[in-house]
This record gives sequence, structure tokens and C-alpha cells, in this order.
Amino acid sequence: MAMNAPATGGPNPPGSSEDDLLVARDLKKWFPIRKGFWSRVVGHVKAVDGVSFNVRRGETLGLVGESGCGKTTTSRLVLRAYDPTGGTIHFKDRKLGWIDIPTARRSELRDIRRNVQMIFQDPYGSLNPRMTLREIIGEPLLVNGIASGSALQDRVAELLRLVGLHPEYMSRYPHAFSGGQRQRVGIARALALEPQLVVCDEPVSALDVSIQAQTLNLLEDLQGRLGLTYIFVAHDLSVVQHVSTRVAVMYVGRIVELAPTADLFFAPRHPYTEALLSAVPTPDPDHRGTRIFLAGEVPDASNPPTGCHFHPRCRYAVEACRTTVPPLVELAPGHQVACHRATELSLAGVVPGS
Amino acid sequence: MYWRFRRHRLAVVCTFIVVFFYIVALFSETISPLDPNKVSNLYKYAPPQAIEFLDKDGNFSFRPYVLGFKSSRNPETLRITYVPDPTKRFPVRFFVPGEKYMFWGLWPSDIHVIGLGPDAPANTPFHLLGTDRLGRDMLSRIVYGARISLSIGLIGVTLSLVFGILLGGVSGYYGGWIDAVIQRIIEFIRSLPTIPVWMALAAAMPPKWPPDYVYLGITIILSLLGWTGLARVVRGRFLALREEDFVLAARLSNCSEPRIIFRHMVPSFASHIIASITLAVPGMILSETSLSFLGLGLRPPVISWGVLLQEAQNIQTVALFPWLLIPGAAVILIVLAFSFVGDGLRDAADPYGR
Repeated sequence: MAMNAPATGGPNPPGSSEDDLLVARDLKKWFPIRKGFWSRVVGHVKAVDGVSFNVRRGETLGLVGESGCGKTTTSRLVLRAYDPTGGTIHFKDRKLGWIDIPTARRSELRDIRRNVQMIFQDPYGSLNPRMTLREIIGEPLLVNGIASGSALQDRVAELLRLVGLHPEYMSRYPHAFSGGQRQRVGIARALALEPQLVVCDEPVSALDVSIQAQTLNLLEDLQGRLGLTYIFVAHDLSVVQHVSTRVAVMYVGRIVELAPTADLFFAPRHPYTEALLSAVPTPDPDHRGTRIFLAGEVPDASNPPTGCHFHPRCRYAVEACRTTVPPLVELAPGHQVACHRATELSLAGVVPGS
Repeated sequence: MYWRFRRHRLAVVCTFIVVFFYIVALFSETISPLDPNKVSNLYKYAPPQAIEFLDKDGNFSFRPYVLGFKSSRNPETLRITYVPDPTKRFPVRFFVPGEKYMFWGLWPSDIHVIGLGPDAPANTPFHLLGTDRLGRDMLSRIVYGARISLSIGLIGVTLSLVFGILLGGVSGYYGGWIDAVIQRIIEFIRSLPTIPVWMALAAAMPPKWPPDYVYLGITIILSLLGWTGLARVVRGRFLALREEDFVLAARLSNCSEPRIIFRHMVPSFASHIIASITLAVPGMILSETSLSFLGLGLRPPVISWGVLLQEAQNIQTVALFPWLLIPGAAVILIVLAFSFVGDGLRDAADPYGR
């Protein structure tokens, strides 16, 4: 077990393999609901409720789901922007070896943060409007004592070139740039520390469609050049299909299906995935897909349905779905599904070629 | 921000007014033509003298002059009336030696910006804004009053700014029960009716205190009640900024807490704070004026605008000696000027205004 673990790090986490970079097990984040004069806790929003996944080195793990399904919360737990309510996130740090992020000490966290960075959704809110690009991109270098003075200047110029911006823009402020350019600045900042893992929280959903493609290509290009690993949070399935190696589908705080991209899109095993995929628009005007309209609303995460969270809206629900929570099981190599009827059903995916 | 402020014409004009008033307050000794405490038995309740350029024949004289008074007693009311005497002309000179004074109590000098000079015979009246019941020169008293009234505004606001930023910052940055406690205190202070509290606090000051202690005491009383507004503003900004993506980004790149606060958060609301301060200064000046007007604040022989107005508290003044109300005009002017400067700054600081 301890064979590949460096001396300083902990042992390999259970369920990890040689090429895993991050292993999350039974991750939970419950936000307390406070009410009344004394702010008593009257309940919890179970934003993330028992999520487990592995991220392999060099891959892009797509995280999809509707608004409020917990995908952004999951991504922020990985960065420890929030402290999880429970569960472990083991990260294989370059220097420290396997480290559990939620319980990492302050000094360890400093090191982890150099290796795990984030690209934000909103290119307007994520850049300090009162700092120049040099200050924004150079800050991680300065704060972590990596470069200063003219070395910092050179590194910032290099990073700007890397993301396709002119280094001469360095002394300008973010307001001088368009959304796409700002997003490039955000990417440059995330890459400044040469991280291993980059968490992309809907990095293109705030951008123009024409700019989306450019930004996605940039991200793919950078991944190839720098050997990055991405956790890619999105709600646009076509974007996810384009960039991801594997995709995890989330529904009300849980992963319902996790599979390699092609498997998931062409042969989904979970009814929710099927419904999501039926909503993907096809460019063929003659194509009349069988759009599955889900009845009802996304359930309230503070009071989710019993059993399988999806059962009130599921076309295939049976009695077992109401009473017992389906575990996430591996049906085919690398294809995990949490559905009682996954083996019986044959579900429609995206039509190949569309 | 400077350019946007420049476009606010009224604010620019008012800035000059404010600066002018503060220059007057700073150099009161030199600017006031006479000693503000010098009693004159000859000219009690003398009306303002006009500065004239034309003599009675309509000849223009480049050097302005004032006319002396011919005094006579009204046989019915027994009041002394002063009528300008065109035969007595006294040229007005600038930067002339006059009464001796200690500049800032440090250097002896006798230069006054405006005066009649040593050539004029003794007891020549020179009261551009008239005299009060003891024959003291109103212009000099207003100039000296500016020093006290305006400095109370500044010192009071500085003190309440310290309280406000400290408590508001703690409240907004840490949140939780600290926030709740501070907010309840603010609500309590705000719910107190101001004038009775001032009265109580001012009454608590020992009457035997020397004037400068009273001055300090009044300033502290005003700022103890005045910090709440600023604290609210600071807290609100902290709460809003704490959730900004760029603050999270800074945290994720290992920025220290002080760096996040002072490099990322404070600059984002510094301009806002400056605008709030500018809007708070006139409040302080008004508070001092009203306290002194009610006889609870500063007391003679201290000269402040409120003290001066206290002497204009009766109908006799309004009917017969309206020039005693000129300090009121000064208060109105400076308060309005401050408000417009504050408005201009606020608009210039507002990133969404266009």
C-alpha cells in the first residue's frame, strides 16, 4: 500500500490507484438553516451529501447537474473554501504526498493551495477592479515568495503570453478588458503557481458563445502543454462532452452516475442522465428527439425525498426507489451508477454524430 | 475618480469653499482684523461697515475705504444709532500691522490680512460685519469661531471614524455573535434621542472644567454618538466584499488575512468611506452648533459659531441687529458645501454611476 507514498505523506487512501491525483470519499457539506431570535439550527441544506469520486492525473473530470445540485459546493470543498461537514479529500501533493485536505494543517494547506487553483465563473467579480493585471497575476507569486521585482514582471509577461494576451497589457486594469479577456487573466492567475489541479467553476458559462469555444480551446491547449488536471464544473452538456474525459452527474447533493464521457453520453444508465441528455439540442433541424420532460421541481436540498432523491420525478421508479437509497455501484469498468434498476433499463443516449 | 469628481461642478466649487473656510480657521489670528475679545464702549451693536470704492462725488478711488460713524442717541428708544459719516474716510490696507497677537500661541506678530493700518487714529471703527453687544468685532469672532467649530467637525469625525472602522470592520469581517452584539449596540445608540443624550452628557461635564477640556469633552461626546453610521457603512462593505470572488481568489493563493483586508478589501471601499466622512463632518458641526446654541456645549469666552448664535437668541437681535445672525449663515454655507463635496465624492466613488 505505502509503496508509492512519499515519506512525508500519509498512506494511500482506500480506493486509490497509481494514477489518481485526488480521491474524495463520502464528502458532505450541510449548511445549517438558522431561524428565530437565537438563531437556532432548525435544519440543514444538504448541499453535498455523500459524494465520492477519484480524479486521475491529466484527465478532465466533468461535474454536471442542475442549478443547486451541489456541483459548485463540491468544487469549493476541494479547495477548502468551505470546511466539509464530513468525508475525506485526499490529494497527492507533489511534495507532501497524500494529504487529506479537510484536516490539513495550515502549513500543509499553504502547500496544497499552490497545487490546487481555481478558475471562477464570473470574470467580472473574480478580478480585483483596483489592481492591474501585473498585480493580479503576480500576487500569488509574490505572496508565496516565488518571484518579485523584475523576475515577477517576466513571469507575468510569460503567463500573459501563455493565455494569449499581450504582455503590454500588464499595467492595465481589468475594466479595460472584455469578458473573454478577463477570463484569460483569471486563467493566468490560476496558472501562476504551476498547479497540478485546476478547479474550473463554470469557466465559460458567463461568456459569449463565440468566446466560449476560444476559452475551451485555450484550456485544452494548456492542459496538453502543462499536464494539468481539471475538475470542470458546468451545466452545459455540450461543453462538458467536449472537454471531459469522464463525467459525474449530480442530483441534489449526490452523484447519480459517473462514467467516461462517451459511455455516459451514448449509453447512460441512470434515468436522470437520460432526461438531461434528451435536453441537449441537436444541430439537425429534421431531428425530432424524444424529449423527456421531468415532472415537478428539483427537490429542496433541506428536505430531500426519501430513498433515491430522483424517484418522484422518475419515469421508471418502483417501490424500492422510495424506501432505499441506491448505492453508487460499478456496472461496467469505470461506469458507476446509483440506480436500483440500472441493470434492467435500457436508456436512450445522445444520437451519435449529433 | 479625480476626473469624475471634476465633472461635478458644484462639488468642485464647494471644495474651494471648504478649503477657504479651513484656511480661515487655520490662520484666524492673521485673517481676523481685530482681537475678537476686545470690548469697545464706543461702538456697541454697530452695523456692518461697507467697503467702498466711490466717494460721494462719484470719483473712483483704487484704494477701498470705509466710512467712520456718526453716532447719535434716539431720544425715544434711547438706543444709539450709527450713521456712516461721509466726511471721515479711512483707507483699507492689506497685510498691515495692527494689534499684536501670538500666532498659534507661538510666535508674536501683528500683521493682519486686512486692516486700517497704523495711520488711522485710535478708536477708528473697522467692523465689516458689525459688532455685538459689547462692541466686539463680529468678523473677527466669526473667524475665530470657525477655528473651533470646524476643528470639532474634523476631530469628531476622525474619532468616530476610528470607532466606526474598528467596530464595523470587526462586525463585518468576523460576523457571528460579535456582529450581532455590535449591531444591537448600534441600534441602541441610534434609538436614543440625540438632544436629551447630549444634554445629559454635557451636563455630566464638571462646570469648573477649563474651556479646552470642555472642548475635548464635547468632541468625544459627539463622536461617541456619531460612529454608528460609519460603522454600518464599513460593516456593509465588509460583508459584501467578503463574498467577492476576488477575495476568495486571494485567499486561495495563500494571501494572509491582513493582506486580504488591506490590499483587497479596504481599497475597494476607501473612496466610499471618504465620501461618508465628508457627509459626516457637517453633522458634527451642526451638532456642536446646536449644543452650544442651547447653552450646553461650549461656553463663552470660547468662541464658536454656536456660542455666537447663542447671543442672537432673541427677537431684538433679529429685528434690530440682524448681523449677529451671520454666524448662522456661515454654518449653513459650510454645511451645504460639505454636503455637496460629499455628494460629488460619493458619485465619483460609485463604480456603477456613469
